[in-house]
Amino acid sequence: MGRYVARRLLQMIPVIIGTTLIIYTLVWFLPGDPFAGRCGARPCPPAYVAEMTDKYNLDDFWLIAYAKYLWSLLHGDFGETFQGLSVGEELLRAYPTTVKLALVAIAFEILIGIGAGILAGLRRGSFIDNLVLVSTLVVVSIPVFVIGSVLQLFLGMRWGIFPATVGGDASLYNLILPGFVLASLSLAYVARLTRTSLAENRRADYVRTAVAKGLPQRRVIGIHTMRNSLIPVITFIGADFGALLGGAIVTEGIFNVPGVGNLIFRSITTRDGVMVTGAVTVLVLVFLLVNLLVDLIYGWLDPRISHG
Amino acid sequence: MRGSARRGAVVAAAVGLALVLAACGGDDDGDGGGSGSTGDSGSGDGPTGSVSINSTQPENPLIPTTTNEVGGGNIVDAMWTGLVSYDPDTAEPGLAVAESIEPNEDFTQFTITINDGWTFHDGSPVTAQSFVDAWNFGAAGENAQLNQYFFGPDGANIAGFEEVAGQTDDAGAFVPGSATAETMSGLEVVDDTTFTVTLGSPNSLFETIIGYSAFYPMPESFFTDQAGFIEHPIGNGPFEFVEEVPNQSINLRAYADYAGDPKPQVENIEYRIYADLDAAYADVVSNQLDILDKIPPVGLAGDVWMTDLEGRSASEPLTTRFTSLTFPLTNTEAWADPNLRKAISMAIDREAVIAAAYGAGNYVPANSWVPPGNDGYVEGTCGEWCNFDPEAAQELYAQSPGVQGPLLISSNSDGGHREWVEAACTSIRETLGIECQGDYDPDFGSFRGRVNANEITNPFRTGWVADYPSIQNFLAPLYTANGSANDGGYNNPEFDELIRQAAGLEGEEALELYNQAETLLADDMAIIPLWYDNGQRGWSENVNEPGFTWKGYVDPLSISVK
Repeated sequence: MGRYVARRLLQMIPVIIGTTLIIYTLVWFLPGDPFAGRCGARPCPPAYVAEMTDKYNLDDFWLIAYAKYLWSLLHGDFGETFQGLSVGEELLRAYPTTVKLALVAIAFEILIGIGAGILAGLRRGSFIDNLVLVSTLVVVSIPVFVIGSVLQLFLGMRWGIFPATVGGDASLYNLILPGFVLASLSLAYVARLTRTSLAENRRADYVRTAVAKGLPQRRVIGIHTMRNSLIPVITFIGADFGALLGGAIVTEGIFNVPGVGNLIFRSITTRDGVMVTGAVTVLVLVFLLVNLLVDLIYGWLDPRISHG
Repeated sequence: MRGSARRGAVVAAAVGLALVLAACGGDDDGDGGGSGSTGDSGSGDGPTGSVSINSTQPENPLIPTTTNEVGGGNIVDAMWTGLVSYDPDTAEPGLAVAESIEPNEDFTQFTITINDGWTFHDGSPVTAQSFVDAWNFGAAGENAQLNQYFFGPDGANIAGFEEVAGQTDDAGAFVPGSATAETMSGLEVVDDTTFTVTLGSPNSLFETIIGYSAFYPMPESFFTDQAGFIEHPIGNGPFEFVEEVPNQSINLRAYADYAGDPKPQVENIEYRIYADLDAAYADVVSNQLDILDKIPPVGLAGDVWMTDLEGRSASEPLTTRFTSLTFPLTNTEAWADPNLRKAISMAIDREAVIAAAYGAGNYVPANSWVPPGNDGYVEGTCGEWCNFDPEAAQELYAQSPGVQGPLLISSNSDGGHREWVEAACTSIRETLGIECQGDYDPDFGSFRGRVNANEITNPFRTGWVADYPSIQNFLAPLYTANGSANDGGYNNPEFDELIRQAAGLEGEEALELYNQAETLLADDMAIIPLWYDNGQRGWSENVNEPGFTWKGYVDPLSISVK
């Protein structure tokens, strides 16, 4: 186990170097002057361009510029935005909000997704089953910005049940609407995955044995069937959590959630390269760690999968 | 709660619940969701209540000499007052910190006396030195300030600017260490409240130009501790800095010792950061945001904003924005014939393009190079060339060498620009029977990169937002041969001469020369006027109708809560 974790952690090093190299090069060394749009219809003063070029090492050969960036990154220095803010501090400020939003979304996936999946799986072919199938199909086929805008329009603007946007006040209540929108797509997958998995396991030998032993229905389904059926679902939700921690640019934009997705979106539009590179580096790291965690949980849930 | 879907009540309940939850969360952000509450509306003296205004995250430190975009600009304007400030309605410059500004005969030297009693937010007095130091700082090459050119030939043109700004090499790159002086020779402090400014060339508009934010004074503490200043900026204006939560909000508070007039009526202003203006629109409709200074397309489409914001919205022409189509004249011969340029101008049905791209009435078709509302505006200086006239266009086109291959129009595709380029192309295609397509860059930065490098060899979009309210600002930087924003390389010595002469004259005499210069633009049609902007705004039920500055942004001094 320890060896497995150590090996996985070591494997992350080349992945991180590779991804940051790609992002850094894409952001800074694509054709086009990063300072061209910063002075409206005028070119920026040459003194300003010279200062910025120097500050961000843009005169160096790109590999050397990247090496300098990586070096300060290893010292925990993410650099400064054009506005002079510390990238590290901005990420620390944005991350808790994104984590909160991701947790709200996961809660919806578990409550509604698994709940609907169980109902459908237990009564295959029933009205409930068909309802779940059709409604998940609808949700899967609608893009998230449509769901987001429509729910915002009605629940937020027209009827005023939820605040239309989140802003600086990322309380749990404010995050319910964006959390639901964020969860909507995965929620549909979770429901279908649960249903299929449950339906399959109900015909398994050990379930028949349990029924034959005369165990009550509640115990057969609640303990024996559910535990095995939920393994693929939990893996899916775990991986989804990793993806959600990467920030949701569309949802965070619609509901003005000051999270990582919003930060990246703004930095891309203002061409604030340091911010984009820093944020994506952290995203990669978080994603790798969450994936490792999911793999470990997987082994714990199903001892047949060994990480020896 | 769900059952009683009475809008107002539910909003109040929702906001109330949100506040309770926020309080439970132990959020230290005191006025987090406070915009929903009207505050204590006591009728006593002094500013009351809190309001929120939409904003974007400032892209540069909040230093006036390096803030050149809207997000930072609005906050800087609320935090500082200059020697001169512009009347929000008429855009006339009027004395603010300055007690008097006396020019000499030929407008090359100005003696400026400032009023007593002005203080910075840290309590230190505003002196003549505060201005002189700030201007020298802004002009110095080593400080790399974005608004540097306002001190040079393109702005006030203070004597000794070149020595302080430093040199560029042949490729246009700055040569570090090339500045030979630290202070501009044209600035001289006489005593605590008086200083003189000597210009490199006559400029009757000096008084107007120094109302721009680059000319704001700076406190002594800025020069000793810049990092500290960036953390907590200090101005001399009606509102002082409280805190910035990057990506969320910037909070200001009325400055109790503000020496100017009128005084602030509102106690706290939250500039709330939105990455997407649609979200701000949703908030103002549901009364969670108090003032929205620009209605996004989602609200303009089908005029829904008029019903969404009934009784709390307004639309008025902006005097500061001008969109045009510019022909490149230096990197290709293809557009050398004025008849071709005129034919293309007359083939664009501006009304129809506006209706298709923005909704009818949301922009105003242009027939001159200066928006109405500016002193010296003359209607129709463009004459027949800006009228949609298919027959005349075809006739002129037949006389010209025509367009080789498809006509390309370059622009950035975001910000609603693709829509009008497509519509304009349709109009040209139908009128002249030639192929026309858009040539897009994904964002403003990459598009401007190509324009600045003079790489585009077909007509391209040019948009201008005035720096200060004057006809000169719509002509000199854009169309004189050395203008800092002359993108197409337009070069007409006669035009340059008129602009130069006008700078040494005042009032009607100057305006007449500017108008003459404008008619030269109509003869050449190297830049096709397209339209002027209208500004649409909305506000919440918690505030009275706010006023807007000549630039079209919220005037913080006009805000009051109900």
